[in-house]
Amino acid sequence: MNSDEETLAALQRGDEQVFVELVQQHQALMLRVASRYVRNRTVAEEVVQETWLGVLNGLATFEGRASLKTWIFRILTNRAITRAQREGRAVPFSSLGDDGDDEPAVDPDRFRPESDRWAGGWKSFPHPLPEDRLLERETLAMIAAAIAELPARQHTVIVMRDVEGWSAEEVCASLAISEANQRVLLHRARSKVRSCLESYLDPSPALT
Amino acid sequence: MSTDRALTCQELTEALTDYLEGVMAPEERARFDAHLALCEGCVHYVTQMRQTVEAVHRLRVSDVEATAPDDLLAAFRAWRRGGPIPEA
Repeated sequence: MNSDEETLAALQRGDEQVFVELVQQHQALMLRVASRYVRNRTVAEEVVQETWLGVLNGLATFEGRASLKTWIFRILTNRAITRAQREGRAVPFSSLGDDGDDEPAVDPDRFRPESDRWAGGWKSFPHPLPEDRLLERETLAMIAAAIAELPARQHTVIVMRDVEGWSAEEVCASLAISEANQRVLLHRARSKVRSCLESYLDPSPALT
Repeated sequence: MSTDRALTCQELTEALTDYLEGVMAPEERARFDAHLALCEGCVHYVTQMRQTVEAVHRLRVSDVEATAPDDLLAAFRAWRRGGPIPEA
């Protein structure tokens, strides 16, 4: 993909191809993010649509202080929140949902108890996951399902970071959250997906 | 977390994201590395987490199909002509 500057210049020239590419590049994730705020798929699609119109309206005045995609997602989350509020539903991202931020990364039963000389040590060691099975279609489907079940904020952050490959800074800027907050959400999300993967691919340690 | 004793395995699992994100203070990082040097279980745990991140990266967001941008194209053309964009 082009740099932001090239993309912007092309859009301002009226290059339709570049606009279509930009839409295709971000549409799926935008729908996902919007879906986390509003009631249903149709409304989420409308929010995404409104966002693109907002982008077109703002192009002339876009200053390039944020990256293009960060700016687009800020518009998206603002629209989604406005829409959700109109529906009487929600709330800014920072207070969205029940993330259970004190949930442990690993089931405490996997560790030796306080009374033990090696308190907090593994009862039985984890094993590396079998690489060949990680590549199987069923495994990927299981991962997708595990991600789908995450609370809203954890879901959004792991999709942006680990599916889309965004930087921490981009995620923070797009969702207006702090670096520390972003990290906690990522930590909970990755820990849960790891736990699902482990019990799916290597159920033995959890049984001891 | 006190800094004068070794990290437990359980504490390591909670600190792992800070470690992978490179935001740990040097002394914390040293404690983390010292634990890893002695604990095969935690080395495997870190491996599992790296494998998890790599596996997640193989997913495509296009599990959610993109909608056809027909009306967006119309909006883009209107914008290009300098006409009004139907603002929602």
